Formats: sequence, C-alpha cells, structure tokens
Amino acid sequence: MAHQDRPLSPHLQIYRPQLTSVLSILHRMTGVFLGLGAAMLTCWLLTAAAGPKYYAWSEWFLTSWLGYALLAAWSFCLFYHLCNGVRHMFWDAGLGYSMRATYASGVLMVLASLGLTGLSWGIGLAFYFTR
Amino acid sequence: MRIQTPLARARGFGSAKDGTHHWWWQRLTALLLVPLSLWFVASIWWLVIGGAGYAAFADWLSGPVAAILMILFIGATFYHLQLGVQTVIEDYVHHKLIKWTLLIKLTLASLVFGLASVYAVVVVALRG
Repeated sequence: MAHQDRPLSPHLQIYRPQLTSVLSILHRMTGVFLGLGAAMLTCWLLTAAAGPKYYAWSEWFLTSWLGYALLAAWSFCLFYHLCNGVRHMFWDAGLGYSMRATYASGVLMVLASLGLTGLSWGIGLAFYFTR
Repeated sequence: MRIQTPLARARGFGSAKDGTHHWWWQRLTALLLVPLSLWFVASIWWLVIGGAGYAAFADWLSGPVAAILMILFIGATFYHLQLGVQTVIEDYVHHKLIKWTLLIKLTLASLVFGLASVYAVVVVALRG
C-alpha cells in the first residue's frame, strides 16, 4: 500500500457523460451548494433574533439582485435534491433498477424539480404583487 | 466462504467501525426532510421574496407549530448536511491531514450553525 498515486475509478477524464452519471454528480453538487443555503438560513434567523433593524439587513440582501439569484439557485437545488432523494429512496427499496426505469425516473425527476421551482416562484411572486 | 472472523461478524460494525449508522441516519433525516423542506419553502417563501418585514416574520415564527417544525427542520437539515458533505470529503479529498481537518471543521460548523439557528428560533418565538 506504499503507492498513493494510483488512478481512481471511475476515470472521469475518459468517461463519456451519461444522463445517469450527470444527474448523480449534480445530486452531490446541489447538496453541497444547499449547505451554503443552510448557512444563509442561520444568518437570516440570527439577524431576526438580533431585532428588526438587523432583520432589515437580511431582507435588503435577499431582495437584492444577488439575493434573488441565490434564492433562484437554492430553490432549484432544493427541489432537485428533494426529487432525486425520493428517487434514491425507491432504489433503496429495491425498485426501479432497470435501465429504462433509471432513465425514465431521471427525466421525470428533472421535469418535476423544474416544475416545482417554477410553481414556487409563481406562487411567491403572486403573493408579492397582490399583497 | 466467509473471510470475516466470527468475532467481527458478532460485532457487525464493518471497516468504518460504526456499522450502518451513517447510512441509516442519512436516510432517516432525508425522509424527515421531504415534508419538512416542502413546508419550509411554502411557509417562508412569501416572507423572503416578498420582503414582508420583521413583524410578519416574528408573527409567523411565534406560533407553536411553526417554531417546533422549524427546530425539527434545522436539526434534520444540519445533521443531513454533515453526513452528506462528510461522504463527499471522504470520496474526493485523499490527503490525510487536509481530509481530517475538513471533516473536523465540517462537524463543528454543522453543530455551531445548527445550534445558533435553534437559539435564534427560540429567541424570536418567545419574544413574539
């Protein structure tokens, strides 16, 4: 075990991207990115605990163009990670392992996460404009 | 043929020394987070993107259902986050010292951020 530099499998450099592998790595990337969102959640809650003056800072940031961009990304990542997580639960239960089912559930999951993201923004903005 | 010794089988912990604990809690927190994160987005979305202000936020969070679900959501989120990012670090960071430094930072940061979030919820909820 002296040699540390052996190549690791799978060799991403020579591996042709497929829907399954791309969706799998996106699950991890969205998860890590949602970790930053969780840190934002903590900041948001702490400013609220500090009082209305500090809460206004959070609102100023979250409703800025950068805030909206981050919220758009976080909401999509959350729905993606959620839908793909449910897909993983079916796999854990031993269901949906055929190639056909794996690809079909992958496409369905992406469509569902896009749909839920659109729905949440639609409802959220409707509230915003009718308030 | 079994290569495992009877003692190893009796202990049942495998090479990671804690059995299926990591896998099991990853799934359990995931299961909790399915309804909780949907509830979270549905509840806070208009407060955040609408910029509804502190009074509306405190009014929402000071209800018992919102405060308790929020604390549950925070606990499940940060535990799930810690378990998930731990796997990512273990898979991609191979330098021993960097790996362990990151793992320790991750565990402590998850704990501190999680506790800070719960503390903030309690403060706002009790202040009303």
